[in-house]
Amino acid sequence: MNPTPAAPPALAFDRVSMEFPGVKALADVSFDVRAGSVHALMGENGAGKSTLLKILSGAHRPTSGSLRIDGAPRTFLGTADALAAGVAVIYQELHLVPEMTVAENLYLGHLPRKFGLVDRRALAAAARRQLDLIGEAIDPEARLGRLPLAQRQMVEIAKALTRGARIIAFDEPTSSLSDREVRRLFDIIRDLRARGCAVLYVSHRMEEIFEVCDRITILRDGRLVETAELAQLTRGGVVQRMVGRELANIYNYQPRAHRAPGLVVEGLAGPGLAEPVRLEVAAGEILGIFGLVGAGRTELLRLICGATPRTAGRVAIGGKEVDTRSPQSAIAAGVVLCPEDRKKEGIVPVRSVLENLNLSARRRTARFGVWVDESWERRNAGERIEQLRIRTPSARQLIRNLSGGNQQKVILGRWLSETVKVLLLDEPTRGIDVGAKSEIYGIMQQLARDGVVVVMVSSELPEVLGISDRIAVMRQGRLAALVPRAEATEAGLLHLALPEEARRDA
Amino acid sequence: MTTPEPSPAPAAPPGSALAAFFDRAGMLVVLAVLFLGCSLLVENFFSLANMRGLALAVSMTGMVACTMLFCLASGDFDLSIGSVVACAGVIAAVVMNRTGSIAAGVSTALAFGALVGLANGFIVARLHINALITTLATMQIVRGFGFIVSGGSAVGIGLDGFFGLGNSSFLGLPTPVWITAACFAVFGFILNRTVFGRDTLAVGGNPEAAHLAGIAVARVKIIIFTAQGAMAAFAGIVLASRVTSGQPNTSLGFELEVISACVLGGVSLTGGVGSMAFVIAGVLIMGIVQNAMNLLNVPTFYQYVARGLILLAAVLFDRWKRQRSGGSAG
Repeated sequence: MNPTPAAPPALAFDRVSMEFPGVKALADVSFDVRAGSVHALMGENGAGKSTLLKILSGAHRPTSGSLRIDGAPRTFLGTADALAAGVAVIYQELHLVPEMTVAENLYLGHLPRKFGLVDRRALAAAARRQLDLIGEAIDPEARLGRLPLAQRQMVEIAKALTRGARIIAFDEPTSSLSDREVRRLFDIIRDLRARGCAVLYVSHRMEEIFEVCDRITILRDGRLVETAELAQLTRGGVVQRMVGRELANIYNYQPRAHRAPGLVVEGLAGPGLAEPVRLEVAAGEILGIFGLVGAGRTELLRLICGATPRTAGRVAIGGKEVDTRSPQSAIAAGVVLCPEDRKKEGIVPVRSVLENLNLSARRRTARFGVWVDESWERRNAGERIEQLRIRTPSARQLIRNLSGGNQQKVILGRWLSETVKVLLLDEPTRGIDVGAKSEIYGIMQQLARDGVVVVMVSSELPEVLGISDRIAVMRQGRLAALVPRAEATEAGLLHLALPEEARRDA
Repeated sequence: MTTPEPSPAPAAPPGSALAAFFDRAGMLVVLAVLFLGCSLLVENFFSLANMRGLALAVSMTGMVACTMLFCLASGDFDLSIGSVVACAGVIAAVVMNRTGSIAAGVSTALAFGALVGLANGFIVARLHINALITTLATMQIVRGFGFIVSGGSAVGIGLDGFFGLGNSSFLGLPTPVWITAACFAVFGFILNRTVFGRDTLAVGGNPEAAHLAGIAVARVKIIIFTAQGAMAAFAGIVLASRVTSGQPNTSLGFELEVISACVLGGVSLTGGVGSMAFVIAGVLIMGIVQNAMNLLNVPTFYQYVARGLILLAAVLFDRWKRQRSGGSAG
């Protein structure tokens, strides 16, 4: 590869290292991002992508090494500095004010003024021009909070352009967008490229990278693995470089024997369900539940394990009726839930790995139900860390310092410290890197082999198809269909998941 | 909140053992330095009489800080305690004068405090009303109730036997100091070694996760508030014994003093983080500063300013410490 000697790259990282107490987040990373190109940045969680973006945005200053913009070394003392140099980083959580109008958001901090007051007319006109530039039909006077998420993201992009940004970085921009909105975003990114911007694109989604990017830089454990033209790489090649080993098949599905009766749910009703649900899952079976957002999947899981109070319904395990009307009784019956939002509902972030692992089991192991059995808890934590290969320096580490995959393993470990008969998983691999995903699939299959009923809700079709023995499709609060593994296809499941009206059109 | 990916397997911070020790001990170090400094520089500070006075002065704050620790650790707080202290003293005085029985007075006052706490807990945990609003309301209700019962002025107590609780000594230390020390030990043990204590921290750290892990979140909160009310009432009884009367207008701003002491020691206002060592350090630092200022004849008006500044400094220090050890996780 020969970079054109005439023009220096729009953005260059030059031997950038970043150290936090006890952690080397980046070590000697160098690569170029060229003007008029879309550059993918990939790596597992913890590979250093976020740290790199924070350095780019001026939030962090590298311990050593430097950043060059158009060939000139720059040190950003803060985010304002980076913006002034034409660098904008667009994060997952948008940095906009929902209570203000679109136009005010676009010009926040440098609103056009007349006699010391905001010049509303000039503001509206300028905002209109900016929105037209990216081809968005958004009313500049609309309150931002009323716009759908995708449009807010467009506003964020327009805002970057109003500041004259020429280097724009996206951090997982599509994680909450629909397919159509993703198309729209890609059109805009291609447009940015055509206008000579340098785009840095961070994502876990392989399809997107191959669709929209020209070049790629892969990081692993804070080190540069490779920078290459995407055309020279295959998906398998990218994954292999990310994880540092060959992952033939991350699901590694192996058929298992099923034993009925496992879990039987009958007449289950409650908020989020349009009609009572009946469901049977055999012991040793992995049931995938697929559906669009809002189809009632999360609600179904929460009703089964008593996280949400039900209005009617019975649950039986192995032919015997059990009480699962509250989490306490459900846990005692062996029905447990790994919730959808790990940070909000799963972990206790300010407590240690040990505390999080023993959160539930200690009620059972405490002496007389009162005194914590500390030696048991230490032993249990050690065993779970070993069994699930939880990567943590010690059991005393705060769980919030672990990567998403390891946090999820801790929550699994919390349940493996109990006697589990039914494991309910809600989006168990969301935001988790490939390596940890593969390990979690392995754990699910191992549990199923041991006779546990596994029920997994997921929005990712490849995952649902890859790991489930049977797939339940939910649609508008109803159980719409049950499809055996052999008959399930992406198109078929998607068709079943669409609302009636949409299916007639299709 | 989607925190950006933290580092893969953060190793324990390397480097100086001193820094690590400081991170762990934090305010205990500050306490030790403060104590040494005052002993060397403030005249009459390091004397037996002053030490006794100091211990007695912090005993009430210390007692109530024990239950406030649980309240804060579970993610709530309680503003009604100052009013409960006053009202319980008045109730104890009135009941004792009417019945002539110490036991009746003490148990009525304790029951009253527990009842106020139970009401607080029920409203916060079951009706899901913010603890700030709830306890702000009961703070005023109970204060008013104290005035009503007492008729607006101090109620003298006619039973000499009752005064022993606040004014006697054992092995050279006043009884209230022994009581406070016992509270530190008992509540510290409950927090560290019992399921209830660990559940308290989990509830404060993430109530939803605690709920899904089978912890009876509402019950934990109600028990904590009830204990808090009873403890405040007990402190009120001890105070009434010390001053030989029930005073309806005593302990104004006591709740802020107790919460300040806890936060000063490093108990998190957002829940999930706290230990008895933090609370003891906070209570003692507050007490020593107050005591030293008195010995140095600093006028009361300036003492308020100094105490506020110290609290602010402690919180800023804590934040700095956390940022430093938080690494990239943010």
